[in-house]
Parts: sequence; C-alpha cells; structure tokens
Amino acid sequence: MDSVDSVFYSERLGPSNNPLLDQLPSYQSLLYRRKSSATGSTKRRGSSRRHLSSSSSWKWKGDKVEEKPKAVAHQRLICELPKTMEEKRRDNVQRMEQARDLSSWKQWRQNTHHSLKRLKEDCMELLRRLKLWRGDIHVIEGMFGTGILSYFSFLRFLVLLNFVIFLLMFCFIMLPIIIAPHTSGNATFDLYNGRECSNYPSTSRRGLVVFHQYITDLLSGTGFLEETYLFYGYYKVESIYFPKFSYNLPLAYLLVTITYLFLSLIWIVKRSAAGFKRNLVQDEDRFQSFCNKIFAGWDFCITNETAARLKQSSLLYELKTDLEEERIKQKIADRTRREKCRIYVLRLVLNLFVVAVLAACFFSIYRATIYSQEFQSSQFDQRPNFILELIFEYLPSIVITLANFITPLMFTLIIQFEDYSPAFEIRFTLMRCVFMRLASIGVLLFSLWSQITCDLGPKCPCGYKHSDYPCWESRVGQEMYKLTIFDFIIIGAVTIFVEFPRKLIVTYCDCGLAKWWGQQEFAIPQNVLEIVYGQTICWIGTFYCPLLPAICTIKYFIVFYIKKMTLVKNCRPATRPFRASSSNFFFLVVLLIGLALACVPVIFSIAQINSSRACGPFMNYTKSWEVVPEAVSQLPGGLPTFFFALSSEAFAVSFFVVTCLAMFYVIALAGAHKRVVDQLREQLAMEGRDKRFLIQKLCQAQRTSVRSAGVQSHADRDRQSNRGAQNHDDPGGVFLAQPPVSATHV
Amino acid sequence: MGNKQTIFTDEQLDAYQDCTFFTRKEILRLHGRYHELAPHLVPMDYTHDPDVKLPSALIVNMPELKENPFRSRIVESFSEDGEGNLSFNDFVDMFSVLSEMAPRELKAIYAFKIYDFNTDNFICKEDLEKTLNKLTREELTPEEVNLVCEKAIEEADLDGDSKLSFADFENMISRAPDFLSTFHIRI
Repeated sequence: MDSVDSVFYSERLGPSNNPLLDQLPSYQSLLYRRKSSATGSTKRRGSSRRHLSSSSSWKWKGDKVEEKPKAVAHQRLICELPKTMEEKRRDNVQRMEQARDLSSWKQWRQNTHHSLKRLKEDCMELLRRLKLWRGDIHVIEGMFGTGILSYFSFLRFLVLLNFVIFLLMFCFIMLPIIIAPHTSGNATFDLYNGRECSNYPSTSRRGLVVFHQYITDLLSGTGFLEETYLFYGYYKVESIYFPKFSYNLPLAYLLVTITYLFLSLIWIVKRSAAGFKRNLVQDEDRFQSFCNKIFAGWDFCITNETAARLKQSSLLYELKTDLEEERIKQKIADRTRREKCRIYVLRLVLNLFVVAVLAACFFSIYRATIYSQEFQSSQFDQRPNFILELIFEYLPSIVITLANFITPLMFTLIIQFEDYSPAFEIRFTLMRCVFMRLASIGVLLFSLWSQITCDLGPKCPCGYKHSDYPCWESRVGQEMYKLTIFDFIIIGAVTIFVEFPRKLIVTYCDCGLAKWWGQQEFAIPQNVLEIVYGQTICWIGTFYCPLLPAICTIKYFIVFYIKKMTLVKNCRPATRPFRASSSNFFFLVVLLIGLALACVPVIFSIAQINSSRACGPFMNYTKSWEVVPEAVSQLPGGLPTFFFALSSEAFAVSFFVVTCLAMFYVIALAGAHKRVVDQLREQLAMEGRDKRFLIQKLCQAQRTSVRSAGVQSHADRDRQSNRGAQNHDDPGGVFLAQPPVSATHV
Repeated sequence: MGNKQTIFTDEQLDAYQDCTFFTRKEILRLHGRYHELAPHLVPMDYTHDPDVKLPSALIVNMPELKENPFRSRIVESFSEDGEGNLSFNDFVDMFSVLSEMAPRELKAIYAFKIYDFNTDNFICKEDLEKTLNKLTREELTPEEVNLVCEKAIEEADLDGDSKLSFADFENMISRAPDFLSTFHIRI
C-alpha cells in the first residue's frame, strides 16, 4: 500500500488534509477562529451528530431545551470556554434567555447565585488591592521573573504571620494588664524552698551611669530594659480581678503560646497544600525536563529588556546544563568497578570531613555561649570597656553568624569533588546548609540549658542556678533578643558594606579582580535560609520575650525594602534560575522544619524545667505546665475527670494507634492513585495508537473502493479521495457526514 | 455606584464580566489601554459595538508583550483573521486567558495554538525548532537544537507519530508544574 502511509504520516508541512481527522470531536475543540459560517456550521454539524467534546457540549444540550433545567447546574462557566468573544457573548445571551424560560424559583436561585458570585469577585478584588506591597512586587516580577517573586511573597507572608502572633500576645496578655483596674500580684512564698529562690536583685543600674551603658542595655536587653513588658520577668501577675470575673494570666500565657505555635503550623500547611499536592502527584519533572523548559520556561511576565535578555541566557544555560547532565548520566553508567570504589571512598572521607567541620562549629558555639554567660554573671564593676563588653555579650551570635557564613562556601567547594549530578549537588548542599543553620540554634539552646539547670539537691534547692540566674527565662529571652538584633544588623551591614561597594568596583574598576568576582547574584536559597533562621528564633523567643514578634514584624518590614533596593541596584538575575513552583514548596518545607525545631525547646522548658521563683507568671508553680491541671481541676461538673481521662496513657496509646492506621491508609490510597494515573497514561497512549491504526485501515478501505470503481487520478489522489468517495457507495458508512473542506485550511 | 461611565452600557459590562475573568474596573482599564494604542482609531464610545481592529504591529509593541519572543504568535492566535488584527473583544479575550484566574485547560488550548507555528494542529519538529530558536535567540548549535527537540518529542509524544497532538501536549502540560505561573501576563 503505497500512499496510505503518506496520507497519514504526512511529512510535508501544511494543513492536515485528512477529512476524518478533522471531524473528530477532539479536533473540533481546537478549531481556529474563523469568521466564516463554514466553521460555525461544521462545528454545529459535527457536534449534533457526534458525541461531545466539552466545548460543544453546551450547544448540543441546547438542542434539547426541554431537558435543559437539569443541565443548567452542570454547565461550564462561559469564561472558561475556548471560543471567541462574540461566540461567548452569544452563548451568554442564549443562556440568559433560557434562564428566563425556567420557573421563577430556579430563576431566583440563579440570580442569587449570580449576585453572590459578583459579590465574591468584588471582595477578592478589594482584598487584592489591600495586599501589602502589591506595586513593589509587580515591579520585581517584571524585572526578575517569578522565582525571585516567590521570595518576596514569602517575606510578605512572614510579616503578616508575625503581626498576627503579636496581636495574639498583645490582646491576651498585655492588654488585660494595661487596662486592669487593679492587679493582684500576690507572690506566695514557698516555705519549703525558702526565700533564696525568690530573691531577684534589681538590675537597673545605680549611681552615675555613663551614657554608653544605656546603649549596651538597649542592645542586650539588660539594665533598664530587663524589667519591662519586653521580657517574661515583668509578668509577675497571678490573676487579674475585673469587676465581673477574674482572669487567670498564667493560664492565658501558656495557652497563647500553644495557640501561636498551632496557628503558625496550620497557616503554613494551608499555604503549602497546593504545592505539596502538585509535587507529590505530579513530580514528573525529571521525566520531562526538556518539555518543561521549552513550553513552560519563558516567563510571560517579563517586561524589562535586560531581564528578557538574561532570561534567555539563563534558559540557554539551563538547556546546556541538561544536555551536560545527560552526558554525565551516561558517564556514570559507564563507570568501572574500580572507579566506583574510588568515588565511594572519596565520598566517605569528604562526608566525615563535613561532619568534623560541623562538630567543630557546634563546639565553638557551645564554648562561646558558656564564656558569654559566665561573663554576664560576673560583677558589674569588673567589666572591661564598652566595646569589649558588647562583643562578649554578642559572642554566641557572632560565632553563629561566622559559622553560617563559612560553612556554605566550604560545602560548595567540597561537593565539587564528590562527583554527583548537578541537580543533586544543588539539593545536597542546600540540605547541609539548612541543617547547619537550624542546628546552631539548637546547640546554643542546649548550652544555655546546661548552664542554667542543675540537679535538685541541697546545693541546688530550686532546680536551677538561682544565684546566677534569678530569672532564667528573662535571660533566655535576652539571648533571643540579641540574636534577632544581631541578625538584623548583619543583613543591613552586608548590604551596605559588601554589596554596594562590590557593585561600584565591578562597574567602575576594570581590573581582573573585578571581572573574576563579578556582579552580585541574588542567591535565593541563602536568603531564604536567613529569614527562616530569624523566624525560628522568633518562635522560640516569643515565650520568653513577648514583644519579640513585634520586633520581628518591623525587622522583616525593613528587610523587604533593603532586599528590594539591593536587588534592583546591585544584582543581576541568577544564571541558575530557581523555579517558582518548587521554590514555594521548598520555602514552606524549610519553614516547617524551623517550626518543628522551635517547638522542641519551648515544650521542653514548659514541661521539664523548673520555672523561676522570683519572677514571671509561673512564680507559684514548680513547672510552668502545672497551671493547666490546676485550672482544669477548678472546672465545674464532670469536666475535670473528662480532661484527666484524655491525658491518661490509655487514651494516648489508642489515639496514637488510630493516627498510625489513618496515616497508613492515606499512604496506601496515594500509592493506588499514582498507579491508576500511570495506567491511564498508558491507556491514553494505546488509544492514540488505536485511533491511528483504525484511520489507516479506513483510508485503505477507501482507497480500494475508489480504485475498484475505476476512478483514477494519480496526481491529486490524495486531495480528491474524499470528494471521490461521495460518488460511490459509502463503504460501510465510513463517512457519516459530507466531509467539509478541511476546517483548518487557511 | 461610582461615576457614570459612558464607554459601555451596563449590559455590555455585565456580558464582559461573565465572559472573561475581569471585573468591571479592569475592563474599563483595558479599554483605556486599547484606546491609547491608537487614540484616533479607537472610539471612546463602545455602546454600539463599533467594528474597530488594531493592526498587529501596534499591539505587539505594548510594554507587556514587547519582550516576549512569542508576541506575534500570541496576537495571531487570538485574532479572527489569523493575521494578528485584534478587535477590542479579542484584546480582552487575550488578556483574560493569560490572566491569573484562567484555568489550566483553557491556557493549554491557547498555548498549543501559540506554539503551533504552521497551524496544522500538530506541534511537529519544525515547530519545536522554531520555538527553541526564539527562546534562545539561536545561540544553540544545530546539533544541540536537534538533540533537544528529539528529546522533547520523546518525552511528550504518547502515540508515537513523532509530533505532538493536542492530547500529548495537554498531558505534558498537566505534568509541568511551572506552566500556570509562567503562562501569565499581568496587565
């Protein structure tokens, strides 16, 4: 069969001239816009005879007006139909006319539905207008694309989150104290432990105070700042008596802490849900990386010429990297056994080296914290001069920042020797950096814990070192406060003292150093880690320093403008672009890890560490958590027994078992769905092949019938074959309708 | 409600709101943008649906489209004559499909039309090569272009005819996580 193949596998360009293909419903939905009525009639004809593609479904249903009412509820929205505007408006008018044919109840329902939809759209529009920094983010999107945009919308999210947490703390803890007619701060001394635990020497400076000491106090939260709303120690209130009721402040303090952790969790999960679903179900990126880059690679939002040029070069770079990656995969597959051994040994050695570096960093943080704490406990008059004093106070922050600056450089250097594929290299380095950042906070807290607590005994009557730390929660709050302030100072200082000079040098100086250093790139992963680090500190510190969320809100607010300024003035877009979809997911996952890390010290200190006896809302309790059982036991009726049953072991174990079962079920369900998706994909491929096979056979049958009838026209056989068939008996009803001129012909 | 505007009747605005993803204010703003492309051609009064089309050259130089390598294809896909001359209806339709709120399926249909340079309802290898060259400004060597196109067809082609039909394309787009965020013009 000679020309069967040529009809079908049309190598030549030009409109498809197989009439059967054009009549298929799936083609109907793709028809190009033509004003000619031929198109319209083809569509209508095609749709009235065949079974439906979704775009024509409405018209078909329109033929049977009597059955209309049921179908009304299931119609696609007009705006989602792929038709020209005139056709859509005609459809709209037709729909409205049909709506008038309905009963008045259905009409009323439709009208309310319609007006509700309009109301919802107006509200969304209003909310969108009110969104913070809309204009700035629009400008950034146009200049740098959607990857960097996701960083800034992440920053905006954190500002909102911190503000909400601050509102929570303010409304439930500070506001009652401020507006109380009179407060009752009865501190009942625990006779068993004696007075020494409750001794809290005043920290305000006495005598002639030199000016620079105020600055030290401001920067480290000591002195005049220590006994203010800023720190835990000020909230020495047991309950507040309002005219009608009494307000249990310690309980409120504890519940607000749990609430803000829970609220952050739910908000982050809600934000990441869409990206998570997409990543789990559709993470096919490694299987179609080229298609993704070609069809979804260009950012249609870019409006700036330089940005467009840079996007093109970055796409070019990405494609070249992908081709390179294919070559490397081939190389890896070709590795001999000896080479593999060598590589594995090398990787082991390098990983041990990384572990050693990490251990060294953690140890130095530990020592720095201990030294700083011992320094702070020493007498005031033994202090050296002002600058040294500040440095010793900030020593843990300085060491953490230095470690977090050096280790990423080291990691990027080491990973080059480990010979992984480029994509895996990026991910692995990122993982190591995340671990370093978050673990350094953990080490700091651990060293603080080792300094503060001591085993209960004759030398240690209070459970903590009351002579050095009369109010240890305030001290921890001060450390968190210092970390936040220092982080903010570093962000500002790096921008002013490193990035601006770099831009000046690279622009005006023509030496080799400038060329090698190059212009600053806005490295999204490092910037994201920076702000997640700050947010983790905020979450941990809010329990000890209730005003910390407000400070963080202001800090992130200013950081937005700093980063925007440095982006616009100093940076060029990255050559290795960070993709928007996976980046949103990555940010929120790292943030969740930070939240999980933040929960651990807070929960541990509430449940395990003896609370201070000399200050704070939990003065009269041994451990902070005790306020809850006490409050529960004061509840009326059978509620106390109910709550105690909830906290018993039997309930906890059965709850755990049920949760595990639910989790296994959901995992199995996800696996089953994935399998179904794969099967459907195979089916789709098979259907496509079946369709082509059938059409081939039909065309063959067509040809034989034409030839057997004796009509010859070798030159235009292809084009004439459809018209020729009209004059003969339709072989088995192949053409159910008179085939039109191909609707896709120009 | 607000100032009385005389550009469109209320019914026209309602119809536009139903047929696109824009609100009234945005439609009026779009009309303003359309008008400023050719103030002498585009009337301020659209109540009688004047039949005015702007040539493709004017539209393709809009700031939102100026830097887009596919700008002429975009405008051609939304025009009725296939040459890129857009009436206001087509103009609004174009930005509606490219807005944030359009669903993935609708965007996929038009993306397919845009990337199908020879309008034969298939994205064949030549179409892919043209797309790639527009994307990279022809800075890839011909062997690299060939290799990339072959790999792309290999990845997306389901029915084995060495070109992408709409079914192949739609299936591939549903697995491209970035498509919704990149196939989007903010106006």
